[in-house]
This record gives sequence, C-alpha cells and structure tokens, in this order.
Amino acid sequence: MAEQKKGYFHIIREKYCKGCGICIAFCPKQLLVLKNGKVFPERPEICIGCHMCEYRCPDFAIEVKPIVEETNNSADVEGLDYSLPPEAHHA
Amino acid sequence: MPEIVKLMQGNEACTMGALAAGLEFYAGYPITPSTEIAEMCSEELPKVGGRFIQMEDEIGSIAACIGASLTGKKSMTATSGPGFSLMQESIGYASLCEIPVVIINVQRMGPSTGMPTSPAQQDLMQARWGTHGDHAIIALAPGNVKECFELTFKAFLLSEKYRVPVIVLTDEVIGHMREKVVMPDPRTYKIPVRAMPVTPAGYKPYEADPDGGVPLMAPFGKGYRWHCTGLFHDEKGAPSGKASVAEALLHRLERKIEKNKAELVDYFAESLDDCDVAVVSFGSSAMAALSAVRKARAQGLKAGMLRIKTVWPFPDEAVRELTKTAHTIIVPEMNQGQMALEVERVVHGKAKVVKLGKVNGDLFRPEEVFEVLKEAF
Amino acid sequence: MAEVLDYFRKERLPSIWCPGCGHGTVTGALIRAIDKLGLDKNNIVMVSGIGCSSRAVGYLDFDTLHTTHGRAIAFATGVKLAKPNLKVIVMTGDGDCAAIGGNHFIHAARRNIDITTIVMNNNIYGMTSGQYSPTTPHGMLGTTAPYGNVEYAFDLCELAKAAGATYVARATSYHVTLLEELIEKALQNKGFSVVEAMTQCPTYFGRKNKIGGAVELLNWIKDGTINVKAAAALPPEKREGKILIGELHRSERPEYTASYLEMTSKVQRTYNDYKGGNRGCELNSD
Repeated sequence: MAEQKKGYFHIIREKYCKGCGICIAFCPKQLLVLKNGKVFPERPEICIGCHMCEYRCPDFAIEVKPIVEETNNSADVEGLDYSLPPEAHHA
Repeated sequence: MPEIVKLMQGNEACTMGALAAGLEFYAGYPITPSTEIAEMCSEELPKVGGRFIQMEDEIGSIAACIGASLTGKKSMTATSGPGFSLMQESIGYASLCEIPVVIINVQRMGPSTGMPTSPAQQDLMQARWGTHGDHAIIALAPGNVKECFELTFKAFLLSEKYRVPVIVLTDEVIGHMREKVVMPDPRTYKIPVRAMPVTPAGYKPYEADPDGGVPLMAPFGKGYRWHCTGLFHDEKGAPSGKASVAEALLHRLERKIEKNKAELVDYFAESLDDCDVAVVSFGSSAMAALSAVRKARAQGLKAGMLRIKTVWPFPDEAVRELTKTAHTIIVPEMNQGQMALEVERVVHGKAKVVKLGKVNGDLFRPEEVFEVLKEAF
Repeated sequence: MAEVLDYFRKERLPSIWCPGCGHGTVTGALIRAIDKLGLDKNNIVMVSGIGCSSRAVGYLDFDTLHTTHGRAIAFATGVKLAKPNLKVIVMTGDGDCAAIGGNHFIHAARRNIDITTIVMNNNIYGMTSGQYSPTTPHGMLGTTAPYGNVEYAFDLCELAKAAGATYVARATSYHVTLLEELIEKALQNKGFSVVEAMTQCPTYFGRKNKIGGAVELLNWIKDGTINVKAAAALPPEKREGKILIGELHRSERPEYTASYLEMTSKVQRTYNDYKGGNRGCELNSD
C-alpha cells in the first residue's frame, strides 16, 4: 500500500491526561496547549512527528500518528474507550 | 517396589517426605539445626531435575520459593528461629496471595541467637501469629522421625489443596535424632497435584466460594497473565481499597481453614477414655510425656495422652473432650507455656491446667513429667 | 507494531501516579522496547517490590507479581530458576532496590541470573511522602533530611557493575529514546542487566528541594547528565559533577540458570538410575 504522509494528528486520551505539562514544555514546535487542564493540539498542522510528547507522557494520554490517505482518522479516535473507570484507590 | 526401611534422622526424613511429595524447588540459607535439609536437597534435587538455590538470606529464600511456586513448582524452604523470624513478612504474603509453600522450622532455643544446638518449642505462637495481620496458616508438629516424613508429605498435600503456607514445626532433637523409618511403597503415594484452571478465557485468579472456597491457581507463563499482589485484591486480582473487598477476602481466608478443620485436625491419643489426668503435648516433649503416662497407667493411675500433630488450627474439640473425664490437664512443652495458653482458652475453667514449661535447652525426662502427673491425682 | 496500550490492563488506567511523575514514562519506554523485540506477552513475568515505581506492573498485561518491599529480585530469582524459559523483568525503585533490597540486587548481579532490572531512580521515597533514599544526593532535602542529606548517594550503575552485572546502562525520563534503546539492549543480554532510569518526583523531590514541577525537574536532570560518549571527548573539568548516561558496562560471563541446568543434566546422566520414589515432576515440568 503506497502511503503518503500528509502530516500528523494527535490522539488525546483526556481521561488519562493529568495536565502535568511535560508534553507542552518539550514540544519542539510548541504546538500543544493546556485547555481545561488537559492537553490540546492547537496547531497540529505544524507537527514534525518527533513523538517526544508521546514518549515523555507519563500517562499514555497522547499519541502522534501520521495522516495517511487511506486512513479514516476519526474512526481511530472514536474507537478508543473513554468510559473506563479510574483506579478508585490510592495505597 | 516394596516399602523402604531406613535409619535416618528427622531432617533427612523431612527431606525424603518432601521429595516423595514431588518437591521441585528448594531455596534456603544455612542455619543450625536445619542445615542437613538444605544439604540433602542440594544433592538430591538435581538428580530429579529439580532446582536448589542457596539464597543470600532467609528473606530471599522464602521469596524465591514463592516465586517458584507461582510457576507451578512445589517449593520448600527450611530454617530455624532467627531465619524463621526473617521469613515472617513473606509468609504473610503467601497467605494473602494464596501461594502454596512449605516451611520447615527446626526449632532451637531462643530468643535471638539463643542456643543454636539446643531444642525448644518456643516458635509455636510465632508459627501462628508471626506475620502481621490476621491470616490463614497451617502448622504441623511431628512427634518422631517417621512423622517428619509423613507430616512433611502431608504439608505439601494441604499447601497445594488449600493454597496456604504450611509450617512444619520440628525441633533440634527430632531433627537430629535417628530412628528407623518405614516409608511406604513409592507407588502408593498420592502425590499432591495443584488444581489448575482449564482455560485463560475469563480466568479470575481469586474467584471462589465466598465461604472458604479455594480459587484455581494458574501457573505463570501459561497465558493467563494475572496479577498477584500483596495489596488487598478483588477476585480479578486487581488491588482494591474497598472495605467490602477487604472484608470478604479476609473472611474467605479464615473460613478456608475453619471450614475444613475436621480434615485438618490430626493428633495421637492414648488412654483418654477414662483418664482423670490428661497430658497434652507435641513434638519431642510428647515422647517423654507418653512414657510418663504409660508408667502411670502401669501403676494404676488413670492418665491419658493427647499428642497434637496439627498444632494450627488448634484441635479445640479434642482438647475440650478431655474435660469430660479429666479434672487436670498437664501441658509439658519446651517453652514457658505457649500451648498451655491455648488449652486454657479451650477448657475455659472446666479443668485445671498445669503449665509444665522447660526452657533450659534440655529435653524433658519421663520422670520429670511423671512426678507432676502423680501429684495431680 | 502493536499499540502501546495493548500491553496494558486498560481498565486499571489512569495510574495512581501523581501528575508529572516519570514512572509512566519509563514504563512506556519499556513497553516500546518489548514491542520492538516482539517478545511474547505470555512468556514475560514482571516482578516488582513496593513503592510508587513498583505499582507499574499492576497496569501491565503480563503475568505480574507485586511483592514485598525490597524483595522483587529475590522473587524473580525463584521464578527464573523455576522456569528459565520465561523472560523475567523486575521494575523497582531506588529505595526498593538499593536500600531494603540492596542485598538481593548485588547477589543477583553476582550470580548473573538472566533478569532485566529497571530501577526507577527518583532520588526519594515517594510513596511514604519524601524521605531521603540511598540515592538522594548529599546536601539535598527530604522530609527526613530537613537540614540537608548528611549521607552520600550510591551510584547504582557502579554498584551493579562491581557486583558482576553483565549489562549496565543509565538513561533518564528526559532522554526517552535513549532509555528505550538501552532497555532493548538490556532485554537482549543473557545475564543480569540493570538499566537505571533517572526519573522525576515533582510532588516530593522537586517541591521539597524547590526545583519546581515536572518540567523543571526534567530540565534539572537534563543539565545534570552527560552522555558517556560525549563525555569521553571532554576534559575532566567539564565532566565534573555530571552523571553519565548511556551504555556503561557490558561483559560476558556464564549465566546462572544455564550453568545450573548444565550441572543438573550432568548429574542426571550420572544418576539416571536414581529411584527416589515416584516423582510426578513431569506434571509441572517445563
């Protein structure tokens, strides 16, 4: 399958994001912002796909994916289950 | 193959019992007077494809045993007082996580380093309550060398069946004493086999009847991918801080032992039916006590003997029965009265309990017990 | 390549870790390394002790063993010796590994048993709220070092190397790609491998020492470290006070379980007529 990269998009798992700001601070393009305490890709079109936000995120809340023509992006995002409960205790 | 007859010491008999039960993994640390068990395991296990490791301490030893047990191997460690103290935390872990493991404690004089080459029975209460928190445990106390074989074998049966750590409480004298042991034809052994789940699909590692059920244990590395944690956990094995989950788990663990007490209780009884004075004892103290009881009977005194083999859970019923005829119960033991406390609890004033403790590193002599016995009539 | 989250027990996320804690970052690097190597999920056993870092295994979809404080490596030794075909990985913290578990750590290294140990070093006891640990730098603050730490820190990598580990490396939660790469190499080493992952505790270490939050701590870690390859080209005065990261040690030595099995098969050949009873080991054997 000939895939042509058309930039990148970001999967944000808001349920997992704790708003620590690591991804925002170390993004080389400064394209992420904090919105209502959660990360938000404000200018995804300038993303260079270095994955540093994804790799440094301690909570698996952000993922960078290349946009490929055959891919239906929205399905990817909607396929995730956000309804999962958080671990209800702290020992 | 016929039965095997051999002159051997208690520590050897414990090892033979373990090997007969299918011991596959031993981790230990040298300590007097248990060392022969480690030495023998290091020699015998490689011959049958088993594993032996000398760990850096007793904490590591019990930990390695639990780790091996999680892969489905029958595991055992042996130690004495100081090492037994070090193992306590992980014994609690095995109890809460329901991991089968056998611990042999060849008791010696304590506290602390004490008298390493002298016998004692001072770890009776520690075997029950040594680790922190309420917990399920089984402890067996052989009264002679032959029973070292039998009860170590049985320890594996119970440990695998109830998924509980089982402690075998011997002592320096039984461990080092040599006696003739008749071991049954190996083909007649009912080798303990751990109950295992059939398929990983829908497997819940701690799913069991809330009233004392035993969950099925999946070995690591077989695709079950379960979580084993010393935190209170729900039936899926997930850590939980919920009061209801914690209560249900501890209740089930307690019931696991309580409910099956009838099967677990094991003792030796002689001349109890009409006895006026009963002697309750265990381990090597009971040897002298039995001689004293027989001497008393020979002189027409109605004495009886109850030697407890399963010390935990304590055989409440058997001891309570004694009060039907006996007005006095004498408890000879090589400590300052630990079993006597249990006897007092059970008889609840219905008979006089005489504590006969000995803590000088010497064995009881039959005459010592006989003198006290005679006085009691 | 599978999705990283496929390796997680997703129903247990999000984790209990504080916002900005680096333990998740290290866990992510480990998972990517496992995925890259294509290791079989069913063949991996993850073992941990007690502490913030040790909670990691509970979120991962392997056979996982969350043990007692400091004993992870001892439990792992039992697992590995019992079933040498399993890939055994220990996730531990600086207190769990170097203080209460120090003895097991050095002896596992001495045996060169095939266990990969990831030490998440955040220089502090996080779970119990910020006491100084064996890796808290001299002079820094902890709740039990209110006037500055009087003691000196362990260099965990030097310790592992001296004790006999055959693969020793260090990276940080800032240098994530390096971390992933080193863990990947550690997983491939047949022997005792140690990867020290320097990580941040913003809640206690950063706050108590007035360094700041997660971002400031990551910068502090970045500034305090230097790659071992780059350091080689620098004059000593420029390396002073910097912690080396990268692959620090690699050596060849027989692995413990392999040696043990070799001995066992030799013994068995000698005693193949051994009749110690009807064993039934085959029921549970590998």
